[in-house]
Amino acid sequence: MPENLNTEPAAEQTAADTATDTALATADGRIPPSPVPVASQGGDLGHDGGGSLLRQIFTGNSLVAFLSVVLAIVLGGVLIAVTDEKVGAAATYFFARPSDTLSAIWTAASGAYVALFQGSIFNPNAQTFEGMIYPITETLTVATPLICAGLGVALAFRAGLFNIGAQGQIIIGATFAGWVGFTWHPPVGLHLALVIVGGLLGGAVWGGVVGLLKARTGAHEVIVTIMLNYIAQFLLLFLLTTPAFQRPGNTNPISPLLDQSALYPLVMGEQFRLHWGFLVAVAATVFVWWLLNRSTVGFEFRAVGANPSAARTAGINVSKGYILVMAIAGALAGLAGVAQVAGTEKVLSGGVAATFGFDAITVALLGRSSPWGTFWAGLLFGAFRAGGTAMQADTGTPIDIVLVVQSLIVLFIAAPPLVRAVFGLNPRKKKTKKAAVAAAEGAGAA
Amino acid sequence: MKLELKGITKTFGSLVANDHIDLLVEPGQVHCLLGENGAGKSTLMNVLYGLYDPTEGQILVDDEPVVFKGPGDAMAAGIGMVHQHFMLIPVFTVVENVALGNETTKGAGRLDLDTTRRKIKEISDKYGFDVDPDALVEDLPVGVQQRVEIIKALVRDAKVLILDEPTAVLTPQETDELLDIIRQLKTNGTSVVFISHKLREVKAISDTITVIRRGKVVGSADPSASATELASAMVGRAVNLSLEKAPARPGEATFAVRNLTVTDHNGQHVVDDLSFDIAQGEVLAIAGVQGNGQTELTEAVLGLQPHARGSVKLDGKELLGRSVKQVLDAGVGFVPEDRQVDGLVGAFSIAENMILDRYDRAPFAKGIGLKPSVIAAHAEKKISEFDVRTPSVTAAVGTLSGGNQQKVVLARELSRPLRLFIASQPTRGLDVGSIEFVHKRVIAERDHGTPVMIVSTELDEVLELADRIAVLYRGRLVGIVPGNTSRDVLGLMMAGIPPEEAGNAAGLHETAATPTTERHDGGGHA
Repeated sequence: MPENLNTEPAAEQTAADTATDTALATADGRIPPSPVPVASQGGDLGHDGGGSLLRQIFTGNSLVAFLSVVLAIVLGGVLIAVTDEKVGAAATYFFARPSDTLSAIWTAASGAYVALFQGSIFNPNAQTFEGMIYPITETLTVATPLICAGLGVALAFRAGLFNIGAQGQIIIGATFAGWVGFTWHPPVGLHLALVIVGGLLGGAVWGGVVGLLKARTGAHEVIVTIMLNYIAQFLLLFLLTTPAFQRPGNTNPISPLLDQSALYPLVMGEQFRLHWGFLVAVAATVFVWWLLNRSTVGFEFRAVGANPSAARTAGINVSKGYILVMAIAGALAGLAGVAQVAGTEKVLSGGVAATFGFDAITVALLGRSSPWGTFWAGLLFGAFRAGGTAMQADTGTPIDIVLVVQSLIVLFIAAPPLVRAVFGLNPRKKKTKKAAVAAAEGAGAA
Repeated sequence: MKLELKGITKTFGSLVANDHIDLLVEPGQVHCLLGENGAGKSTLMNVLYGLYDPTEGQILVDDEPVVFKGPGDAMAAGIGMVHQHFMLIPVFTVVENVALGNETTKGAGRLDLDTTRRKIKEISDKYGFDVDPDALVEDLPVGVQQRVEIIKALVRDAKVLILDEPTAVLTPQETDELLDIIRQLKTNGTSVVFISHKLREVKAISDTITVIRRGKVVGSADPSASATELASAMVGRAVNLSLEKAPARPGEATFAVRNLTVTDHNGQHVVDDLSFDIAQGEVLAIAGVQGNGQTELTEAVLGLQPHARGSVKLDGKELLGRSVKQVLDAGVGFVPEDRQVDGLVGAFSIAENMILDRYDRAPFAKGIGLKPSVIAAHAEKKISEFDVRTPSVTAAVGTLSGGNQQKVVLARELSRPLRLFIASQPTRGLDVGSIEFVHKRVIAERDHGTPVMIVSTELDEVLELADRIAVLYRGRLVGIVPGNTSRDVLGLMMAGIPPEEAGNAAGLHETAATPTTERHDGGGHA
């Protein structure tokens, strides 16, 4: 659509949006009092085009999300078992004593998951009470940036934008926050506030640019955000070699430590890494819930996301909506950057964002783009990350298995009919079976 | 071929879409299924076409019971179907579309399109279809695409042809041409099952009428029955088809359009130098075949068209160049032509849709906070006032029927003080009962002293509502004529003939020819 780039309406509505609309229109009312149960229409999404498929994946049913997690964990267990050495050894004499193999499989899979649990929730084997609850505090710490960035992805998606750029927004947020943290030295209290504002601002700028480009030129947000991720990553690496950012007397690309006054206070004392960033993440979740469900701004976002044409006809400024929602989404990801640089890492380095920005997409997906869904999904993924390390240390099961489980979750959420089929919940399938039986009876009778 | 349905019942869960329906289609007969949207007509035809398995009941072809496992079986038994939304591949030619699924091949699996081409020519000549077998389907007008669908069925030797709402997408001229085609098919012994809720066509074409309501056959009617009788049978209560309205008492002309020109992205003038006024308490209907600039005209007034020149003044203030929000705030109420695309957010609740253009102001919001209880109370009040049938105001609007969706749009637009009311295709896809309701509301708004602009491609609706009629052709104003202008003159004007000439032409032809051919001629001259 290059010839459309200069016209306002084209800029505001991309082909993908149109596809969403059309698909929604057909699904919603073209066949108004459809006699076919809605549940069985769900399986038909293949014909509806990409936009609505994406919408379905992001806002699908919570049962499917839960079952996807269960299924992924079971399959992960199978993988752990087949790659386990003892299982392999026992399998060589499987036909002589199959029970050995089976018990080895059980030991391997359950051992790994028990270790994962003990590393992420509660460790009964620890000497002290602090040791016992240490895992859960680790989970909360790791979940903090996931929740913040996940909220950013979820919020943008509710306005119809697929924000792949959380990674870049975290990086720029962390860069702003970190620079304020180690360059300025204002009084205690004010310093942390400025660090947070810096992070919000950095993320908002990086996200807002995407909204601006989309609204003004029609550039697709997926492409723009992917490219901005690269720019952010390499910009940070470059900055870390400049005197303004590099630690004096050090040749590594790493910044000075942030001032003590710039850091989030610890929630539970020195033994734990858990910091106030987690409470900020909780507050952010409440804020996003309020914004989406109880504010005029959120009403605009949701209207723009669900049907931009109707929103425009009702006088809502769609361009403004895109810019604003991307700025807020970026600011939320920026908070994740603050949590990293002023909470967990205390220093700005090239790896400050780890892969949180990409995991955030999965988190928002699993959370079905709702604020609290994203919150719980963030906790789950935090637990995977925190527990994965302990699992590797305790049982030798590679931490990569956690990534496999995470990826399987995404895969299953993206294919709801598959999950329903596995658990025998597919309404369509049942119906055809019944119909087939009825037809057979009918034929018999005739 | 004689086709009989006996006691067909189709249930979806607890919903009974068809309840013991009996239907007999005699050879060479046009059998019309009349019923409102959602009455179960399409479900019944899908059962007949093998797309659904009936829960109960039998299909008999020439008194032999048959079981259709899919459309293939139905086609083999001589049943053809033309769906409301055409099942054609736009980038294929007519021959390719017709051959698809029924390809004949030469040695080594090479396609033999010549046989199909010859068959298309035969059928085309026999019925005067005038279809070029090698044209790309996407280049053909809608009416011709429909003929391709009919050819598809005829090539497969259909003896019974099912037409599902065939006129919904056609212009008045194309509709008349279709009715001619149906008559010819009938003469050649093909039976036609004609599904519609448009009474005029049903009366014009059918031999037998079966009325379906809420999944049941409620009776059969004679085509000679009056439209009011048919409508009452279809809706299940007395319906007054002719709208009772007092003559307009036009006041001051507060809405004025001067030299309005809208260009599309190719630089074409889609609205060309349009000037007209609408007075308070008057309905001006904009008539014309779909796609002659009506959509762009309404969008330009609303501020949705970036490339509009000229002047649009309401109460002396210029609207052009202002944002949609400013235009709405100036007191413009707007019912868009496609409620699902532009009028409603399908995923939103009824309550949210009711405030779609007023969500950010009192009493629905304070600062940037919404007031859910006020919003819900407002919606409760409006659904009872506008008779929206729904279990709850929190139900998603997308789950409502078309008529109820349109009532939600009307409720929203008419529940604030208006200085101008614009409704585009206000009753498209609605059933008789809802049409009656919408029309009453429009007239009530007029009598309230609001200038009203109705855009409609349905002549019936234009004649029903209009105090004056402006006819558009290729973006230009053909003329503005009084509301009681005859159907024939309007038909000619819609083909671009100026009102004086159209009046003469219609007068001349009236004595010599049938109304159908008359309109043909009009189209041909243009």
